[in-house]
Amino acid sequence: MTTEVTFPVQQQELQSFSKDRREPQWFTDQRLKALDQAEHLELPNPDKTKITKWNFTSFTFDPETEATASYNELSDAVRTLVGEENKVENLITQKNGITTYAAAKAELKDKGVIFTDIQTALEEHSDLMEKYFMQAVTADENKLTAAHAAMVNGGVFIYVPAGVKVEAPLQAVYAHEGNFGLFNHVLMIVEDQAEATYIENYLSEGSGDQATVNIVAEVVLGREAKVNFGSVDNFADSVTTYVNRRGQVNGEDAELYWSLGMMNDGNTVSDNTTYLHGQGSHADTKSVSIGRGSQVQNFTTNVIHFGKDTDGQILKHGVMRDRATSIFNGISKIEKGATKANGEQTERVLMLSERARGDANPILLIDEDDVTAGHAASVGRIDPLQMFYLMSRGLSRLESERLIIHGFLEPVVGALAIDSVKEQLYDLIERKVY
Amino acid sequence: MTKPSLNVKDLHVSIEDKEILKGFGIDVKGGEIHAIMGPNGTGKSTLASALMGHPNYEVTSGEATFNGDDLFEMEVDERARAGLFLAMQYPSEVSGVTNADFIRSAMNADREEGDQVSLMQFIRKIDEKMGTLEIDQSFQHRYLNEGFSGGEKKRNEILQLLMLEPKMAILDEIDSGLDIDALKVVAKGINQLRTDDFGCMIITHYQRLLNYIEPDYVHVMMQGRIVKSGGPELAQKLEEQGYDWIKEELGIEDETVGQE
Ligand SMILES: Nc1ncnc2c1ncn2[C@@H]1O[C@H](COP(=O)(O)OP(=O)(O)O)[C@@H](O)[C@H]1O
Ligand SMILES: [Mg+2]
Repeated sequence: MTTEVTFPVQQQELQSFSKDRREPQWFTDQRLKALDQAEHLELPNPDKTKITKWNFTSFTFDPETEATASYNELSDAVRTLVGEENKVENLITQKNGITTYAAAKAELKDKGVIFTDIQTALEEHSDLMEKYFMQAVTADENKLTAAHAAMVNGGVFIYVPAGVKVEAPLQAVYAHEGNFGLFNHVLMIVEDQAEATYIENYLSEGSGDQATVNIVAEVVLGREAKVNFGSVDNFADSVTTYVNRRGQVNGEDAELYWSLGMMNDGNTVSDNTTYLHGQGSHADTKSVSIGRGSQVQNFTTNVIHFGKDTDGQILKHGVMRDRATSIFNGISKIEKGATKANGEQTERVLMLSERARGDANPILLIDEDDVTAGHAASVGRIDPLQMFYLMSRGLSRLESERLIIHGFLEPVVGALAIDSVKEQLYDLIERKVY
Repeated sequence: MTKPSLNVKDLHVSIEDKEILKGFGIDVKGGEIHAIMGPNGTGKSTLASALMGHPNYEVTSGEATFNGDDLFEMEVDERARAGLFLAMQYPSEVSGVTNADFIRSAMNADREEGDQVSLMQFIRKIDEKMGTLEIDQSFQHRYLNEGFSGGEKKRNEILQLLMLEPKMAILDEIDSGLDIDALKVVAKGINQLRTDDFGCMIITHYQRLLNYIEPDYVHVMMQGRIVKSGGPELAQKLEEQGYDWIKEELGIEDETVGQE
């Protein structure tokens, strides 16, 4: 069965949108081709979650946002996230894809680091964009990746030249408002022996309007490159989210660390895939999520080993309350020839209510003999004997639950590679669970 | 301040529809230490668990009051905040929650917003109590009971006892799994608490702990109730002669619950 899914953006509109943004011809062509693909391809098919009735097409393409450049014009929510202006180092904030504030330390430019919005990157670094854009995630995968390539209207481009180690994190805050359809793209290229930390926040401002958000992040690592990628997704319940975060770990001994806080309140399909090509390369994916209300979420984490001696670690913990449903899929795939590879994964789900549903599916797909791999999974409820123990020391039922939930998430949150993401998540978890 | 008092009368408790306690009674006041002795399977842990409000145990009849209030009308945490404490025979493990965080939260559980134990006060106190119990510093930062040996779990129960300073404590087999040196250390900690404001029921099936904590009363439990009471000399006699003479005296063939 094919459901009729038509996007509210037509060829002509897309063409003039691209022209207004002074985009290079190759990019305009790519948009138009992808729009055509988007009309014909099927929706993605996340394992165990049916998304055919989700809202991917009801949105407007008009951001209704003015470009601003002053810190004082940012919303309170955004300012809370970025801290005081004099403490801001490297930051880009956007609302509905429009840049509202940007700051970068002088050293970035001196070292040849590029940290700019996608629109500027297309004007000033068209060659780099053309080389890497939509390569880790390709337009022809499904209707939504094609839609993304066609309608991309926000995001940032990061380029760290060989040997450059960026000390201060590169931070991006993406606010979404109204029924705008946000197609946000993050492209991060980290060359040989370079290092960087990127932290992104997604949030909703205002609320109530049905909207859809389609995010792609592509991260490419050269030899001995090291990247910390942190994200906190926190869209309101009216927003349907489709997000792909992919790592191309191409270089030998490169290391990619994902710290993903999946805190959306709306329906979400989140795919996080890392390709370990470089010999001796390493991927570490840690993610936490809280489900509440009646939202349905699907979180799939893939680590695919091509290179010899590659190491992939997947650790996911989720807490489900109310009537929330979440599927946690973990796939460690070891290709033929990836000798001495090691793939390990753990998925754990804690359900707080009778009607919450959680499902953990660890999958090992191994085509090579000389490897090591392991997995663990659990889906459960709070242990009444633990509750008895904690309450017997005077802690209220609520406080005891709070400690148990905190303890359940701590092996992931406490081990995240980026302190600011850790702090934000402690805070958000506290707010979402109670 | 009036002395704390725990009064239990004709208590009947079942687990999974099997009656375990069959008419248990006791009165414990501040300043008193009662030893509850008895072979395995006679209902000692059932008593302790039921008084604290363990979810698996069902009180079918009888009563228990603490300082005049009906215990069975209170939630588990209310009993604790009223000053009742149970050192458990098999304490739970809670991953991801450090011992220190847990104990500090517990200390603050019955304190008002402005009256919370400060971090400094807490550290000073826990350092002192860990010194008394000869516990390694790393203990604080380990997850609550996770991967603790039997002996470590017992010490952790006593550490919590010393930190929380309850009015009435039930200690369920805190001596099992402890060697003689550890036993002395734990006894020292408990003896520190002995005042008129503190009452205690020490559950054990060996006499040896009582060499270091002298009880005021000794009760023998069989078949889910107290079958004999006396002073410290009763414990001595049990140590020398075992339990058989009591069984003979009372005509009990099998002292455990459910077999009679
Ligand atoms: N969970 C349970 N289910 C069924 N029977 C139990 C359970 N726990 C304890 N019992 C029974 O209750 C009786 C008393 O146990 P317990 O109170 O633990 O004794 P004690 O602490 O004196 O060794 C025993 O016969 C035991 O088999
Ligand atoms: Mg027992």
